[in-house]
Amino acid sequence: MDFDLKSKRLALGERLCAEDVSQSWKLLEELPSGCRVDASRVKLADGAGLAFLWSLNRRHGAQIEGLRTEVAALLKPFDDLPSDPADAPRRDQSLVARMGRITWEFVGDVRQQISFIGEFAITGLHCLKNPGLVRWADMWITAQKAGVDALLVAGMVSFLTGMIMAFQAAVPLKQFGVDIFVVNLVALALLRELGPIMTAVVLAGRSGSAFAAEIGTMKVNEEINALQTMGLDPVRFLVLPRVLAGFLVTPVLTVYANALGVAGGILVMMAQGFPFSALWVQLVSAVGVSDVMTGLIKSFVFGILVAGVGCLRGLQTGKGATAVGESTTRAVVSGIFLIVLVDAVFAGIFYVLKW
Amino acid sequence: MVTTPPIIEVRDLTAAYGDFVLLEKISFDIRRGEIFVIIGGSGCGKSTLMKHLIGLIAPAGGEILLDGLNISTAAGTKKAELLKSFGVMYQSGALFGSMTLEENVMLALEEFTDLPVEARQLVARMKLALVGLERFAAHFPSEVSGGMQKRAAIARAMALDPAVLFLDEPSAGLDPVTSAGLDELILNLNHNLGVTFVIVSHELASIYAVADRVIMLDSTKKGILAEGPPADLRDHDNNPGVRAFFHRMPRESIP
Repeated sequence: MDFDLKSKRLALGERLCAEDVSQSWKLLEELPSGCRVDASRVKLADGAGLAFLWSLNRRHGAQIEGLRTEVAALLKPFDDLPSDPADAPRRDQSLVARMGRITWEFVGDVRQQISFIGEFAITGLHCLKNPGLVRWADMWITAQKAGVDALLVAGMVSFLTGMIMAFQAAVPLKQFGVDIFVVNLVALALLRELGPIMTAVVLAGRSGSAFAAEIGTMKVNEEINALQTMGLDPVRFLVLPRVLAGFLVTPVLTVYANALGVAGGILVMMAQGFPFSALWVQLVSAVGVSDVMTGLIKSFVFGILVAGVGCLRGLQTGKGATAVGESTTRAVVSGIFLIVLVDAVFAGIFYVLKW
Repeated sequence: MVTTPPIIEVRDLTAAYGDFVLLEKISFDIRRGEIFVIIGGSGCGKSTLMKHLIGLIAPAGGEILLDGLNISTAAGTKKAELLKSFGVMYQSGALFGSMTLEENVMLALEEFTDLPVEARQLVARMKLALVGLERFAAHFPSEVSGGMQKRAAIARAMALDPAVLFLDEPSAGLDPVTSAGLDELILNLNHNLGVTFVIVSHELASIYAVADRVIMLDSTKKGILAEGPPADLRDHDNNPGVRAFFHRMPRESIP
């Protein structure tokens, strides 16, 4: 490409393809107006070459001369292309508008959660009267996926947590000669708080996300619409089996995780030289029925919450692959947030009840 | 009828999923600059054949040469060059939902050329203008209709000015007007830019409108039932399967 500044003439070569014009685009910016472009040698122009010619002519006011008819024919469809890019669809830009939209979305989300709880309650009560309406086969499969398949990870997490707590607590308590109370610490912390919470978090990460992704993909593929138009209630069909599975499986997993966690703690103490019988007596004296029950009551609620919010986020999915990813993230985040929130509420209730 | 040298050569291709053989030892050529349509009943392996041609599935036997290069064994830069030489429009459009139409078209330009961003943008807008979508450049795929998504997918497939465009059922699910518009677009690109088209379709009207040559696949024969210009097959082919297809007869009426 030769450019003669004096006579304002630009002569183009034979090829005008992406690799030929990519360097010359910078030249366009410095191009004085009223240039004349000799395009008579151009034989081959690809999309980028045509864009270069179009830009010379339409954006920089250059006059293109001697263009071969076959190349001119390729440029013909772009005669009507406006010189300035099309306006982007209006999207709120200002801070106030954005804040307003986010607040509005938050309020809308709360409303959807409330109406979801309502729908779920109605469907649940209806199915309580007619248990045949529940899709039990789906329920058992989900229970297996959320429960049995989670045994390894939930057990490992809890077992190691029990061991870690015992290790950490043994050293400071030994200074006071009360290291036998490590058993109390590990057992109470696990049974009352950590066991249910960790199990629920594992459930949120494994199954809440899976529910959201599964239902979300169904939403994107219009399968939810298909269910609705067939007269089948998505809540009864998809949500109820999953929530029931979460409700059944979480307490079982929690008991299992508690047992393994305490076992981990006891194992560490035995390694420190305590006889098992002494640790067992200490454990039985430390743990009351209320400790086990509070943990269990919470785990029932956590199970419903995690499974329910997973399904809700799935049903709220918008369009496209990104939306499925967003709902999955939201399912896990909302799940964990609700677990902690409800746990705080329970802590208050149990404190008042002195359980 | 186009009589240029072949751009795609299929030699004794066997397509199979595990033990299930769909197509057995089929051979045909696609010539440079022609509009080649693959037809056949549901489940006869049209889309599977297309996936073989674009290298998504490796053949169970035989070979596919694109511009003389074997697509299933090419590797490294040769494979990259080969992939750049054709564009594909998938049945659903398969536009990236997180990007605007313009960004969808710009993606390949960004990855494979050194063009500055304003140049890429302009090229993308010109490609969208070719399919009549320049006003929707800043829209997301979810904000436009199904027909527009298909046209945008064609624009995306054309981003790097490929020599061959593969279209998987371009007119499926489109209204007759949009479908006719798409046919016109295909003819236009073929005439003006010399793009070779390989199309999977079973829209008869669209086949008559655009096809230079068709091959008809058959699931019982596991191969090619007929080959030639569509009007010839309709008027002169005596195979009952071919006649049933072109005269829209239900399966039971085939003698």
